[in-house]
Amino acid sequence: MSQDNIKVLIAKPGLDGHDRGAKVIARGLKEAGMEVVYTGLRQTPEQIVKAAVQEDVDVIGLSILSGAHGELFPVIMDKLTESGRNDVLVLAGGTIPDDDHQKLKDIGIREIFKPGTSIAKIVDFIRQEMDE
Amino acid sequence: MIMEISAEGVRSGDERIIARVISQVENQRQQVFPLLKELYRSTELAYLVGITGPPGSGKSTLVEKLVLSWTAEEEKVAVIAIDPSSEFSGGALLGDRIRMGKISTEKNVFIRSMATRGYLGGLNPAIFDTVVVLSAAGYQKVVIETVGGGQNEIDIVRLADTTLVVTVPEAGDEIQTFKAGLMEAGDIFVLNKADQPTASRMELILKQMLEMNDSENHSSDNSNWEVPIVKTVGTEGEGIEELRRAVMQHRDFLSRSRKERYNHSRVIRNHVVHLMEEFLRNHYIDPLLESSAFQEILAGISARKTDPYTAVEQLLKSFNKEQGKHEN
Ligand code: B12
Ligand SMILES: Nc1nc2c(ncn2[C@@H]2O[C@H](COP(=O)(O)OP(=O)(O)OP(=O)(O)O)[C@@H](O)[C@H]2O)c(=O)[nH]1
Ligand SMILES: [Mg+2]
Repeated sequence: MSQDNIKVLIAKPGLDGHDRGAKVIARGLKEAGMEVVYTGLRQTPEQIVKAAVQEDVDVIGLSILSGAHGELFPVIMDKLTESGRNDVLVLAGGTIPDDDHQKLKDIGIREIFKPGTSIAKIVDFIRQEMDE
Repeated sequence: MIMEISAEGVRSGDERIIARVISQVENQRQQVFPLLKELYRSTELAYLVGITGPPGSGKSTLVEKLVLSWTAEEEKVAVIAIDPSSEFSGGALLGDRIRMGKISTEKNVFIRSMATRGYLGGLNPAIFDTVVVLSAAGYQKVVIETVGGGQNEIDIVRLADTTLVVTVPEAGDEIQTFKAGLMEAGDIFVLNKADQPTASRMELILKQMLEMNDSENHSSDNSNWEVPIVKTVGTEGEGIEELRRAVMQHRDFLSRSRKERYNHSRVIRNHVVHLMEEFLRNHYIDPLLESSAFQEILAGISARKTDPYTAVEQLLKSFNKEQGKHEN
C-alpha cells in the first residue's frame, strides 16, 4: 500500500482569500487515498516551492480565484526549475479564463480545472499521470 | 532529475537530497537501510523535542515561535509534523504548515509533514529513521508534533528528550484523558490560549493534577524534575521566552542527572523492537497470510481437525527452521 502513496501539495498563491475550492480539493484527494499537504492562504512562490522540495511531493496543485495567475504562476514555475524540481506534476484550478489556459500550459502547467469540475475527474487525472 | 543519494549527500545539507531520502525511508524502506546504517554510525542524534496535545490547541503555532527563537541563535532546526492517516482511504490531510508560515522559508529550518500510516501497535518506525537522517544533515534540534489522544502520542513522548504537553483553557473535562498516560509523560505543561478568560481556572486545575501526580509517582523518571506549567499566547508570542528557557532547563536537568543517556538507550531499545516487528511482519507474517498453506491451516481449524494453539506451535516451528537456514 505504502508504495502507492501519492503526495500532493495544495497551495494558494498570492493574496487571494478564496479557500473553499482548495479545501474541497484537499479533502477530496485525501478521501481518494492521497497524502495532502495544505499550506493555507497567502503563500509566496518561495514558500510554495520550498514546501514542495522539503515535502518531496509528486504533485503541486495551485488554486487561484483572484485573476493573478498570469503574474504568479510563471514565477512559481521558474523557481521550481531553479530548485531542480521541475519533474513534479503541476495542476491548477479556480477561475482561470479559457484564453489563458494555453499560456499556462506552455510554461509547464499540465492541466487546468475549471469551477464545477468533479473530484473524481481530478483524482483520475492525477492517477493516470502518476502511472506514466 | 538524477540525484546521488549518498551519506555525503545527506551530510551536505542539500534539502532535495534530505527530502528524497525521507521519502525512501517512508516508502522503500529495504532499499534505504544500507544508507541508514552508514548514517547512524557517524551521527550524533539531534535533541528531540516532542509536542503533543488536543487538536487545535495551538501546537503548530507554538512550534513556529519556538523554532524562531532557536534560529535567532543560529541553530539548525527540523520539524516533523505528524497527522493521522484515514483508516478508510489511507489518505491524510497534513495541515500543520498553515501555522508555520514564518519559518517555512528560513534557511536553517526544514519542515516535513508525515502521515501515521496506521502502524498497529505503535509508532511508524520511519519517524525515528527520519530523525537519523535529519541529525546527519546537521539539524541540532528536531521537533516532533503529534495530535494528542491515541497510543501514537504516548510513543512519541517516549521518543523525545523533552516533551511538551499543550493544553488550553477550554479543555475542561478533556483534561481527564491526560491521566491515561500523558500526564506522567509531560516534562513541561504548556497552557496555551492564556488570553482566554478561563485560563487562570485551568491553571489551578493543572497545578492540582500535577501535585497529585507527583505524590503518586515518587519513583517515576521525573522524580527530581518539577514539571513546570508555562502559560502562553502562541499567536502573540507571549510566554515563548519562558518556554524556551524551560526546555533549556529540562535539557540541563537531563544531562546533569545523566537521564539523557538513559532516554537514548530507551529510544534505541524501542526502535530495535519496532524494526524487528517490521521485519517479522514483512518477511514472515505477511507472506504467510497470503500463502495457500495458511488457508489450509485455517480451514483445518474451522473443521476442528486442528486447533489454533497447535497451529501456532507448528507455524513457529517451521519459522525456526527457516531462521536456522539463514544462519548457515
Ligand atoms: C464564495 C465566493 C467568495 C467568498 C469566499 C469564501 C471562501 N473562504 O472561499 C467571499 C464572499 C469571501 C468572496 C470574496 C471576494 N470575492 Co469571491 N467569489 C466567490 C464565488 C461566488 C464562489 C467561489 C467558491 O467558493 N466556489 C466553490 C469552490 C468549490 O469552487 P472553486 O474554488 O472554483 O473550485 C473548483 C474548481 O475551480 C477546481 N479547483 C479550484 N482550485 C483547484 C486546485 C486544484 C489543484 C485543482 C485540481 C482544481 C481546483 O475544483 C473545484 C471543484 O470543482 C466566486 C464565483 C465563482 N463562480 O467562482 C466569486 C469570485 C471568485 N469572487 C470574486 C471577487 C472579485 C471577490 C472579491 C474581490 C469581492 C470584493 N470586491 O470584495 C472578494 C475578495 C476576497 C479575497 N480576500 O480574496 C470574483 C473573482 C474575479 C476574478 N477572478 O478576477 C469571482 C469570480 C466572482 C465574479 N464573477 O466576479 N468571494
Ligand atoms: N486565542 C488564541 N488562539 C490561538 C492561540 N494559539 C493558537 N491559536 C489559534 O488556534 C488555532 C489552532 O492553532 P494550531 O497551531 O493550528 O493548533 P494545532 O494544535 O497545531 O492544531 P492541529 O495540528 O490541527 O491539532 C489557530 O486558529 C490559531 O491561530 C492563542 O494563544 N490564543
Ligand atoms: Mg498542528
